[in-house]
Amino acid sequence: MSKNTVSDRFRKVDVDEYDENKFVDEEEGGENQLGPDEAEVDSLIRQGNLMGALQAVLKNPPINTKNQNVKDRAEGLVLKVLSSFKSTDIEKGVQSLDKNGVDLLMKYIYKGFEQPSENNSAVLLQWHEKALSAGGVGCIVRVLTARKTV
Amino acid sequence: MSLYSFGLEPLSCHAWNKDRTQIAISPNSNVVHIYQKQGKEWTKIHELTEHSGRITGIDWAPESNRIVTCASDRNAYVWTLKDGVWKPTLVLVRINRAATCVKWSPLENKFALGSGAKLISVCYFEKENDWWLSKHIKKPINSTVLSLDWHPNNILLAAGSADLNCRIFSAYIKDIEDKPGPTPWGSKMPFGEVLLEYKECGGWVHSVCFSPSGDALAWVSHNSAISVANATQGKEVTQLTTGHLPLLSVLYVSETEVVAAGHDCCPYQFSYKGPGCLEFVKKVDISKQSSKGNMSAMQHFRNLDKKAITEEEETGLGSLHQNSITQLCILEGPKAKVEKFSSVGLDGAMVVWDFKH
Repeated sequence: MSKNTVSDRFRKVDVDEYDENKFVDEEEGGENQLGPDEAEVDSLIRQGNLMGALQAVLKNPPINTKNQNVKDRAEGLVLKVLSSFKSTDIEKGVQSLDKNGVDLLMKYIYKGFEQPSENNSAVLLQWHEKALSAGGVGCIVRVLTARKTV
Repeated sequence: MSLYSFGLEPLSCHAWNKDRTQIAISPNSNVVHIYQKQGKEWTKIHELTEHSGRITGIDWAPESNRIVTCASDRNAYVWTLKDGVWKPTLVLVRINRAATCVKWSPLENKFALGSGAKLISVCYFEKENDWWLSKHIKKPINSTVLSLDWHPNNILLAAGSADLNCRIFSAYIKDIEDKPGPTPWGSKMPFGEVLLEYKECGGWVHSVCFSPSGDALAWVSHNSAISVANATQGKEVTQLTTGHLPLLSVLYVSETEVVAAGHDCCPYQFSYKGPGCLEFVKKVDISKQSSKGNMSAMQHFRNLDKKAITEEEETGLGSLHQNSITQLCILEGPKAKVEKFSSVGLDGAMVVWDFKH
Protein backbone atom coordinates (compact mmCIF):
# COMPACT_ATOMS: atom_id res chain seq x y z
CA MET A 1 0.00 0.00 0.00
CA SER A 2 2.82 2.37 0.75
CA LYS A 3 4.19 1.90 -2.78
CA ASN A 4 0.96 3.27 -4.23
CA THR A 5 1.16 6.52 -2.32
CA VAL A 6 4.87 7.22 -2.78
CA SER A 7 4.84 8.85 -6.21
CA ASP A 8 3.82 12.49 -6.41
CA ARG A 9 4.01 12.78 -10.21
CA PHE A 10 0.30 13.51 -10.25
CA ARG A 11 1.06 16.90 -8.70
CA LYS A 12 2.90 17.96 -11.85
CA VAL A 13 -0.02 17.30 -14.19
CA ASP A 14 -1.51 20.48 -15.64
CA VAL A 15 -5.22 19.90 -14.97
CA ASP A 16 -6.26 22.98 -16.91
CA GLU A 17 -5.16 21.32 -20.14
CA TYR A 18 -7.85 18.68 -19.68
CA ASP A 19 -10.63 21.13 -18.88
CA GLU A 20 -13.20 21.11 -21.71
CA ASN A 21 -14.47 24.55 -20.85
CA LYS A 22 -11.05 26.10 -20.80
CA PHE A 23 -11.15 29.74 -21.81
CA VAL A 24 -8.86 30.62 -24.70
CA ASP A 25 -7.99 34.26 -24.99
CA GLU A 26 -8.90 35.76 -28.33
CA GLU A 27 -5.84 36.47 -30.43
CA GLU A 28 -6.26 39.87 -31.98
CA GLY A 29 -4.19 40.50 -35.05
CA GLY A 30 -2.29 43.68 -34.35
CA GLU A 31 0.32 43.14 -37.02
CA ASN A 32 -0.40 46.42 -38.75
CA GLN A 33 0.47 48.48 -35.71
CA LEU A 34 3.95 49.76 -36.30
CA GLY A 35 4.39 52.24 -33.52
CA PRO A 36 5.10 55.94 -33.87
CA ASP A 37 6.77 57.18 -37.03
CA GLU A 38 10.49 57.43 -36.28
CA ALA A 39 11.34 59.81 -39.14
CA GLU A 40 8.57 62.23 -38.28
CA VAL A 41 9.45 62.29 -34.60
CA ASP A 42 13.19 62.75 -35.27
CA SER A 43 12.62 65.65 -37.62
CA LEU A 44 10.32 67.36 -35.12
CA ILE A 45 12.94 67.01 -32.37
CA ARG A 46 15.62 68.46 -34.64
CA GLN A 47 13.39 71.39 -35.48
CA GLY A 48 12.98 72.04 -31.77
CA ASN A 49 9.22 71.47 -31.95
CA LEU A 50 9.06 69.36 -28.79
CA MET A 51 5.27 69.67 -28.31
CA GLY A 52 4.75 68.36 -31.82
CA ALA A 53 7.25 65.58 -31.22
CA LEU A 54 5.34 64.55 -28.08
CA GLN A 55 2.03 64.39 -29.98
CA ALA A 56 3.66 62.47 -32.81
CA VAL A 57 5.38 59.91 -30.61
CA LEU A 58 2.11 59.10 -28.82
CA LYS A 59 0.43 58.16 -32.10
CA ASN A 60 -0.02 54.54 -33.18
CA PRO A 61 0.93 52.90 -29.90
CA PRO A 62 1.96 49.24 -30.43
CA ILE A 63 -0.66 47.94 -28.01
CA ASN A 64 -2.09 44.95 -29.87
CA THR A 65 1.02 43.67 -31.55
CA LYS A 66 3.03 40.74 -30.25
CA ASN A 67 6.19 41.92 -31.95
CA GLN A 68 8.56 42.79 -29.13
CA ASN A 69 10.90 44.77 -31.45
CA VAL A 70 8.16 47.18 -32.39
CA LYS A 71 7.37 47.72 -28.73
CA ASP A 72 11.03 48.29 -27.82
CA ARG A 73 11.54 50.71 -30.67
CA ALA A 74 8.46 52.69 -29.66
CA GLU A 75 9.61 52.85 -26.04
CA GLY A 76 13.08 54.03 -27.08
CA LEU A 77 11.57 56.75 -29.24
CA VAL A 78 9.30 57.95 -26.45
CA LEU A 79 12.23 58.11 -24.02
CA LYS A 80 14.18 60.15 -26.54
CA VAL A 81 11.39 62.70 -26.77
CA LEU A 82 10.84 62.82 -23.00
CA SER A 83 14.56 63.36 -22.32
CA SER A 84 14.80 66.20 -24.82
CA PHE A 85 12.24 68.30 -22.92
CA LYS A 86 13.48 71.00 -20.56
CA SER A 87 12.35 70.43 -16.95
CA THR A 88 10.26 73.59 -16.97
CA ASP A 89 8.44 72.59 -20.14
CA ILE A 90 7.34 69.18 -18.91
CA GLU A 91 4.17 70.53 -17.29
CA LYS A 92 3.14 72.32 -20.47
CA GLY A 93 3.79 69.16 -22.41
CA VAL A 94 1.47 67.17 -20.17
CA GLN A 95 -1.24 69.87 -20.34
CA SER A 96 -1.24 69.64 -24.11
CA LEU A 97 -2.39 66.01 -23.95
CA ASP A 98 -5.97 64.81 -23.68
CA LYS A 99 -7.17 62.16 -21.20
CA ASN A 100 -6.20 59.22 -23.38
CA GLY A 101 -2.86 60.83 -24.12
CA VAL A 102 -2.07 61.11 -20.43
CA ASP A 103 -3.05 57.44 -19.89
CA LEU A 104 -0.81 56.40 -22.79
CA LEU A 105 2.07 58.55 -21.53
CA MET A 106 1.77 56.92 -18.10
CA LYS A 107 1.94 53.47 -19.74
CA TYR A 108 5.19 54.43 -21.50
CA ILE A 109 6.58 55.91 -18.26
CA TYR A 110 6.00 52.69 -16.34
CA LYS A 111 7.46 50.69 -19.22
CA GLY A 112 10.51 52.89 -18.90
CA PHE A 113 10.67 52.22 -15.15
CA GLU A 114 11.03 48.52 -15.96
CA GLN A 115 14.46 49.21 -17.45
CA PRO A 116 16.04 51.82 -15.22
CA SER A 117 19.27 53.37 -16.37
CA GLU A 118 21.45 56.34 -15.44
CA ASN A 119 19.91 58.70 -17.95
CA ASN A 120 16.24 57.99 -17.92
CA SER A 121 15.22 57.50 -14.27
CA ALA A 122 15.32 61.15 -13.23
CA VAL A 123 13.57 62.29 -16.39
CA LEU A 124 10.89 59.63 -16.04
CA LEU A 125 10.25 60.58 -12.43
CA GLN A 126 9.75 64.22 -13.36
CA TRP A 127 7.31 63.25 -16.12
CA HIS A 128 5.59 60.84 -13.71
CA GLU A 129 4.97 63.62 -11.20
CA LYS A 130 3.37 65.89 -13.79
CA ALA A 131 1.37 63.12 -15.41
CA LEU A 132 0.08 62.06 -11.98
CA SER A 133 -1.21 65.53 -11.18
CA ALA A 134 -2.98 65.59 -14.55
CA GLY A 135 -4.36 62.06 -14.58
CA GLY A 136 -4.77 61.26 -10.91
CA VAL A 137 -4.28 57.82 -9.36
CA GLY A 138 -6.94 56.47 -11.75
CA CYS A 139 -4.39 56.90 -14.52
CA ILE A 140 -1.93 54.61 -12.72
CA VAL A 141 -4.73 52.09 -11.97
CA ARG A 142 -5.40 51.92 -15.71
CA VAL A 143 -1.73 51.13 -16.37
CA LEU A 144 -1.99 48.24 -13.92
CA THR A 145 -5.31 46.86 -15.18
CA ALA A 146 -4.65 47.17 -18.90
CA ARG A 147 -4.41 43.70 -20.41
CA LYS A 148 -2.73 44.86 -23.59
CA THR A 149 -0.12 47.53 -22.99
CA VAL A 150 2.75 49.18 -24.85
CA MET B 1 -25.84 63.05 6.54
CA SER B 2 -25.25 60.81 9.55
CA LEU B 3 -22.77 58.14 10.44
CA TYR B 4 -23.29 55.12 12.67
CA SER B 5 -20.47 52.78 13.55
CA PHE B 6 -21.32 49.09 13.90
CA GLY B 7 -17.95 48.22 15.37
CA LEU B 8 -14.47 47.69 14.03
CA GLU B 9 -15.12 44.84 11.61
CA PRO B 10 -15.67 45.67 7.95
CA LEU B 11 -19.29 45.44 6.83
CA SER B 12 -19.44 43.05 3.88
CA CYS B 13 -23.02 43.83 2.93
CA HIS B 14 -26.26 45.32 4.24
CA ALA B 15 -29.99 45.35 3.50
CA TRP B 16 -32.94 47.35 4.83
CA ASN B 17 -36.45 46.20 5.69
CA LYS B 18 -39.47 47.85 4.10
CA ASP B 19 -39.92 50.83 6.46
CA ARG B 20 -36.18 51.21 7.10
CA THR B 21 -36.48 50.60 10.83
CA GLN B 22 -34.34 47.50 10.69
CA ILE B 23 -31.03 46.81 9.00
CA ALA B 24 -29.40 43.44 8.34
CA ILE B 25 -25.60 43.54 8.20
CA SER B 26 -22.76 41.09 8.20
CA PRO B 27 -19.52 42.06 9.95
CA ASN B 28 -17.19 40.09 7.67
CA SER B 29 -18.18 36.79 9.30
CA ASN B 30 -20.62 33.93 8.84
CA VAL B 31 -23.32 35.65 10.89
CA VAL B 32 -25.98 38.19 9.93
CA HIS B 33 -26.96 40.74 12.58
CA ILE B 34 -30.32 42.49 12.44
CA TYR B 35 -30.46 45.82 14.22
CA GLN B 36 -33.58 47.78 15.18
CA LYS B 37 -33.56 51.56 15.15
CA GLN B 38 -34.33 53.10 18.51
CA GLY B 39 -34.10 56.85 18.41
CA LYS B 40 -30.58 57.57 17.28
CA GLU B 41 -29.16 54.24 18.32
CA TRP B 42 -29.33 50.80 16.76
CA THR B 43 -29.89 47.74 18.96
CA LYS B 44 -29.27 44.19 17.87
CA ILE B 45 -32.47 42.15 17.88
CA HIS B 46 -31.63 39.04 15.85
CA GLU B 47 -28.64 36.94 14.87
CA LEU B 48 -28.95 34.67 11.86
CA THR B 49 -26.42 31.87 12.24
CA GLU B 50 -26.78 29.12 9.71
CA HIS B 51 -23.96 29.73 7.28
CA SER B 52 -20.55 28.17 7.82
CA GLY B 53 -18.70 30.50 5.47
CA ARG B 54 -18.26 34.25 5.23
CA ILE B 55 -21.49 35.98 4.18
CA THR B 56 -21.07 37.67 0.81
CA GLY B 57 -24.57 38.92 0.06
CA ILE B 58 -27.80 39.86 1.87
CA ASP B 59 -31.04 41.05 0.28
CA TRP B 60 -34.30 41.87 2.09
CA ALA B 61 -37.50 41.67 0.07
CA PRO B 62 -39.67 44.61 1.23
CA GLU B 63 -43.16 43.26 0.40
CA SER B 64 -42.85 39.61 1.33
CA ASN B 65 -40.46 40.35 4.22
CA ARG B 66 -38.04 37.56 3.35
CA ILE B 67 -34.29 37.75 3.61
CA VAL B 68 -31.98 35.84 1.29
CA THR B 69 -28.34 35.39 2.30
CA CYS B 70 -25.47 33.79 0.45
CA ALA B 71 -21.99 32.91 1.61
CA SER B 72 -18.67 31.46 0.60
CA ASP B 73 -19.87 28.06 1.83
CA ARG B 74 -21.63 27.63 -1.56
CA ASN B 75 -25.06 27.91 0.06
CA ALA B 76 -27.96 30.33 0.08
CA TYR B 77 -30.76 30.49 2.65
CA VAL B 78 -34.13 32.18 2.46
CA TRP B 79 -35.23 33.40 5.91
CA THR B 80 -38.86 33.96 6.91
CA LEU B 81 -40.03 35.56 10.13
CA LYS B 82 -42.22 33.16 12.16
CA ASP B 83 -43.35 34.16 15.65
CA GLY B 84 -40.59 36.71 15.98
CA VAL B 85 -37.83 34.26 14.97
CA TRP B 86 -36.13 34.10 11.57
CA LYS B 87 -36.29 30.55 10.19
CA PRO B 88 -33.90 29.52 7.39
CA THR B 89 -34.78 27.42 4.37
CA LEU B 90 -31.92 25.97 2.36
CA VAL B 91 -31.95 26.74 -1.37
CA LEU B 92 -30.43 24.14 -3.68
CA VAL B 93 -28.27 26.43 -5.77
CA ARG B 94 -26.02 23.60 -7.00
CA ILE B 95 -22.79 25.58 -7.23
CA ASN B 96 -19.34 24.21 -6.52
CA ARG B 97 -17.71 27.52 -5.67
CA ALA B 98 -18.50 30.39 -3.33
CA ALA B 99 -21.56 32.55 -3.89
CA THR B 100 -20.67 36.21 -4.39
CA CYS B 101 -23.88 38.24 -4.61
CA VAL B 102 -27.63 37.81 -4.37
CA LYS B 103 -30.62 39.97 -5.37
CA TRP B 104 -34.39 39.54 -5.12
CA SER B 105 -36.26 40.29 -8.32
CA PRO B 106 -38.61 43.32 -8.28
CA LEU B 107 -41.72 41.11 -7.84
CA GLU B 108 -39.91 38.98 -5.25
CA ASN B 109 -40.96 35.70 -6.82
CA LYS B 110 -37.37 34.72 -7.61
CA PHE B 111 -33.82 35.75 -6.85
CA ALA B 112 -30.53 35.62 -8.70
CA LEU B 113 -27.27 34.41 -7.18
CA GLY B 114 -23.83 35.05 -8.65
CA SER B 115 -20.97 32.71 -7.88
CA GLY B 116 -17.33 31.91 -8.43
CA ALA B 117 -18.44 28.83 -10.37
CA LYS B 118 -18.78 31.05 -13.46
CA LEU B 119 -22.54 30.86 -13.38
CA ILE B 120 -25.67 32.64 -12.19
CA SER B 121 -28.28 30.61 -10.32
CA VAL B 122 -31.83 31.93 -10.74
CA CYS B 123 -33.95 30.43 -7.92
CA TYR B 124 -37.71 30.25 -7.58
CA PHE B 125 -40.11 28.54 -5.17
CA GLU B 126 -41.91 25.43 -6.35
CA LYS B 127 -45.15 25.03 -4.39
CA GLU B 128 -45.78 21.36 -5.18
CA ASN B 129 -42.64 20.13 -3.48
CA ASP B 130 -42.34 23.06 -1.09
CA TRP B 131 -38.75 23.84 -1.96
CA TRP B 132 -36.61 26.32 -3.85
CA LEU B 133 -35.37 25.25 -7.28
CA SER B 134 -32.66 26.81 -9.36
CA LYS B 135 -31.85 27.23 -13.03
CA HIS B 136 -28.32 28.02 -14.18
CA ILE B 137 -27.08 30.61 -16.64
CA LYS B 138 -23.61 29.46 -17.71
CA LYS B 139 -22.77 30.54 -21.23
CA PRO B 140 -20.85 32.68 -22.03
CA ILE B 141 -19.61 33.59 -18.54
CA ASN B 142 -15.89 32.87 -18.20
CA SER B 143 -15.11 33.87 -14.65
CA THR B 144 -16.60 34.82 -11.28
CA VAL B 145 -19.83 36.81 -11.36
CA LEU B 146 -19.19 39.85 -9.16
CA SER B 147 -22.46 41.78 -9.26
CA LEU B 148 -26.10 41.49 -10.31
CA ASP B 149 -29.05 43.82 -10.85
CA TRP B 150 -32.62 43.18 -12.01
CA HIS B 151 -34.44 45.16 -14.68
CA PRO B 152 -37.80 46.59 -13.52
CA ASN B 153 -39.63 44.13 -15.80
CA ASN B 154 -38.59 41.24 -13.51
CA ILE B 155 -37.11 39.31 -16.45
CA LEU B 156 -33.83 40.87 -17.48
CA LEU B 157 -30.78 40.48 -15.27
CA ALA B 158 -27.52 42.41 -15.60
CA ALA B 159 -24.32 40.72 -14.48
CA GLY B 160 -20.82 42.15 -14.04
CA SER B 161 -18.07 39.61 -14.01
CA ALA B 162 -14.35 39.14 -13.47
CA ASP B 163 -13.86 38.14 -17.11
CA LEU B 164 -13.98 41.90 -17.83
CA ASN B 165 -17.45 41.64 -19.39
CA CYS B 166 -20.78 43.20 -18.54
CA ARG B 167 -23.81 41.29 -19.77
CA ILE B 168 -27.59 41.38 -19.68
CA PHE B 169 -29.33 37.99 -19.58
CA SER B 170 -32.90 36.95 -19.69
CA ALA B 171 -33.95 35.16 -16.51
CA TYR B 172 -37.44 34.31 -17.74
CA ILE B 173 -38.81 31.28 -15.90
CA LYS B 174 -41.90 30.06 -17.72
CA ASP B 175 -43.18 28.00 -14.77
CA ILE B 176 -43.85 31.04 -12.64
CA GLU B 177 -44.47 33.99 -14.91
CA ASP B 178 -46.00 35.14 -18.18
CA LYS B 179 -44.09 35.83 -21.31
CA PRO B 180 -42.57 39.31 -21.18
CA GLY B 181 -43.30 42.01 -23.74
CA PRO B 182 -40.49 43.43 -25.88
CA THR B 183 -38.12 45.98 -24.34
CA PRO B 184 -35.55 48.32 -25.91
CA TRP B 185 -32.95 45.64 -25.05
CA GLY B 186 -34.58 43.02 -27.24
CA SER B 187 -37.80 41.11 -27.89
CA LYS B 188 -36.85 37.44 -27.83
CA MET B 189 -36.08 36.49 -24.25
CA PRO B 190 -35.82 32.75 -23.60
CA PHE B 191 -34.03 31.82 -20.41
CA GLY B 192 -30.30 32.48 -20.62
CA GLU B 193 -30.49 34.65 -23.75
CA VAL B 194 -27.75 37.30 -23.89
CA LEU B 195 -29.18 40.72 -24.77
CA LEU B 196 -26.03 42.74 -24.17
CA GLU B 197 -22.41 41.64 -23.97
CA TYR B 198 -19.85 44.39 -23.56
CA LYS B 199 -16.37 42.95 -23.66
CA GLU B 200 -13.95 45.81 -23.24
CA CYS B 201 -14.82 46.94 -19.75
CA GLY B 202 -11.13 47.36 -18.94
CA GLY B 203 -11.24 45.69 -15.56
CA TRP B 204 -13.35 43.58 -13.21
CA VAL B 205 -16.92 44.85 -13.23
CA HIS B 206 -17.60 45.46 -9.54
CA SER B 207 -21.16 46.73 -9.67
CA VAL B 208 -24.04 47.10 -12.15
CA CYS B 209 -27.27 49.11 -11.86
CA PHE B 210 -30.25 49.59 -14.17
CA SER B 211 -31.76 53.05 -14.52
CA PRO B 212 -35.27 53.50 -13.01
CA SER B 213 -36.90 52.96 -16.42
CA GLY B 214 -34.57 50.08 -17.23
CA ASP B 215 -33.48 51.64 -20.52
CA ALA B 216 -29.92 52.29 -19.41
CA LEU B 217 -27.39 50.22 -17.50
CA ALA B 218 -24.50 51.71 -15.53
CA TRP B 219 -21.50 49.80 -14.27
CA VAL B 220 -18.19 50.52 -12.58
CA SER B 221 -15.03 48.61 -13.36
CA HIS B 222 -11.65 48.25 -11.78
CA ASN B 223 -9.88 50.50 -14.29
CA SER B 224 -11.33 53.47 -12.39
CA ALA B 225 -14.05 53.98 -14.96
CA ILE B 226 -17.81 54.27 -14.96
CA SER B 227 -19.77 53.25 -18.06
CA VAL B 228 -23.37 53.49 -19.21
CA ALA B 229 -25.06 51.45 -21.94
CA ASN B 230 -28.15 53.01 -23.49
CA ALA B 231 -30.73 50.63 -24.97
CA THR B 232 -32.67 53.34 -26.76
CA GLN B 233 -29.55 54.47 -28.64
CA GLY B 234 -28.56 51.17 -30.15
CA LYS B 235 -27.06 49.84 -26.90
CA GLU B 236 -24.25 52.37 -27.25
CA VAL B 237 -21.77 52.38 -24.40
CA THR B 238 -20.23 55.57 -23.01
CA GLN B 239 -17.25 55.18 -20.71
CA LEU B 240 -15.82 57.86 -18.44
CA THR B 241 -12.37 57.22 -17.00
CA THR B 242 -11.75 58.95 -13.69
CA GLY B 243 -8.64 60.02 -11.85
CA HIS B 244 -9.82 58.38 -8.64
CA LEU B 245 -9.21 54.96 -7.20
CA PRO B 246 -11.55 52.24 -8.54
CA LEU B 247 -15.23 52.48 -7.66
CA LEU B 248 -16.92 49.47 -6.07
CA SER B 249 -20.61 50.28 -6.07
CA VAL B 250 -22.92 52.23 -8.37
CA LEU B 251 -26.50 53.39 -7.81
CA TYR B 252 -28.99 55.27 -9.97
CA VAL B 253 -30.67 58.05 -7.96
CA SER B 254 -32.79 59.45 -10.80
CA GLU B 255 -33.15 58.81 -14.51
CA THR B 256 -30.02 60.83 -15.28
CA GLU B 257 -28.01 61.05 -12.07
CA VAL B 258 -25.76 58.25 -10.86
CA VAL B 259 -23.87 57.95 -7.58
CA ALA B 260 -20.82 55.71 -7.27
CA ALA B 261 -18.39 55.03 -4.42
CA GLY B 262 -15.39 52.83 -3.81
CA HIS B 263 -11.83 52.83 -2.64
CA ASP B 264 -11.69 56.61 -2.37
CA CYS B 265 -14.01 56.34 0.64
CA CYS B 266 -16.54 58.91 -0.55
CA PRO B 267 -19.44 58.88 -3.05
CA TYR B 268 -19.22 60.74 -6.35
CA GLN B 269 -22.11 61.98 -8.43
CA PHE B 270 -22.13 61.52 -12.20
CA SER B 271 -24.64 62.65 -14.79
CA TYR B 272 -25.64 60.78 -17.94
CA LYS B 273 -27.70 62.68 -20.48
CA GLY B 274 -27.14 60.65 -23.59
CA PRO B 275 -24.43 58.83 -25.56
CA GLY B 276 -21.13 60.61 -25.12
CA CYS B 277 -22.51 62.77 -22.29
CA LEU B 278 -21.34 61.05 -19.15
CA GLU B 279 -19.68 63.50 -16.82
CA PHE B 280 -18.54 63.94 -13.24
CA VAL B 281 -20.70 66.35 -11.24
CA LYS B 282 -19.34 66.50 -7.71
CA LYS B 283 -18.17 64.71 -4.60
CA VAL B 284 -21.09 63.89 -2.28
CA ASP B 285 -19.23 64.60 0.95
CA ILE B 286 -18.53 67.54 3.16
CA SER B 287 -14.82 67.71 3.82
CA LYS B 288 -14.10 67.79 7.49
CA GLN B 289 -12.99 71.22 8.66
CA SER B 290 -9.81 70.43 10.49
CA SER B 291 -9.93 72.33 13.74
CA LYS B 292 -6.56 73.90 14.15
CA GLY B 293 -7.19 75.20 17.60
CA ASN B 294 -4.58 76.83 19.77
CA MET B 295 -2.10 74.26 20.90
CA SER B 296 -0.72 74.52 24.37
CA ALA B 297 3.02 74.91 24.74
CA MET B 298 3.12 71.46 26.36
CA GLN B 299 1.47 69.85 23.30
CA HIS B 300 3.73 71.73 20.96
CA PHE B 301 6.87 70.36 22.58
CA ARG B 302 5.35 66.90 22.94
CA ASN B 303 4.69 66.82 19.21
CA LEU B 304 8.19 68.03 18.53
CA ASP B 305 9.65 65.37 20.78
CA LYS B 306 7.58 62.41 19.64
CA LYS B 307 6.95 63.12 15.99
CA ALA B 308 9.45 65.85 15.13
CA ILE B 309 6.71 68.05 13.73
CA THR B 310 5.50 71.44 14.82
CA GLU B 311 1.92 71.36 13.54
CA GLU B 312 -1.01 69.23 14.52
CA GLU B 313 -1.29 66.42 12.06
CA GLU B 314 -4.57 65.00 10.80
CA THR B 315 -4.30 61.24 10.81
CA GLY B 316 -7.84 60.55 9.67
CA LEU B 317 -9.14 60.85 6.13
CA GLY B 318 -11.07 63.95 5.15
CA SER B 319 -14.14 61.91 4.22
CA LEU B 320 -16.84 60.50 6.53
CA HIS B 321 -15.90 56.91 5.81
CA GLN B 322 -12.40 56.03 6.91
CA ASN B 323 -12.01 53.09 4.57
CA SER B 324 -13.35 51.87 1.22
CA ILE B 325 -17.10 51.93 0.67
CA THR B 326 -18.30 48.47 -0.38
CA GLN B 327 -22.01 48.89 -1.01
CA LEU B 328 -24.59 51.60 -1.69
CA CYS B 329 -28.31 51.10 -1.09
CA ILE B 330 -31.42 53.24 -1.69
CA LEU B 331 -32.88 54.34 1.63
CA GLU B 332 -35.69 56.77 0.95
CA GLY B 333 -37.60 57.73 -2.13
CA PRO B 334 -38.66 55.86 -5.23
CA LYS B 335 -35.99 54.66 -7.64
CA ALA B 336 -36.65 57.60 -9.93
CA LYS B 337 -36.15 60.21 -7.23
CA VAL B 338 -33.98 58.93 -4.42
CA GLU B 339 -33.91 61.24 -1.40
CA LYS B 340 -31.50 59.30 0.78
CA PHE B 341 -29.09 56.47 0.25
CA SER B 342 -26.89 54.48 2.62
CA SER B 343 -23.33 53.26 2.33
CA VAL B 344 -21.34 50.69 4.28
CA GLY B 345 -17.62 50.25 4.24
CA LEU B 346 -14.58 48.42 5.43
CA ASP B 347 -14.39 50.77 8.43
CA GLY B 348 -17.51 49.19 9.97
CA ALA B 349 -19.56 52.35 9.56
CA MET B 350 -22.91 52.93 7.90
CA VAL B 351 -23.54 56.44 6.58
CA VAL B 352 -26.86 57.88 5.44
CA TRP B 353 -26.46 60.47 2.67
CA ASP B 354 -29.03 63.04 1.55
CA PHE B 355 -29.39 63.65 -2.14
CA LYS B 356 -30.74 66.90 -3.52
CA HIS B 357 -32.08 66.78 -7.06
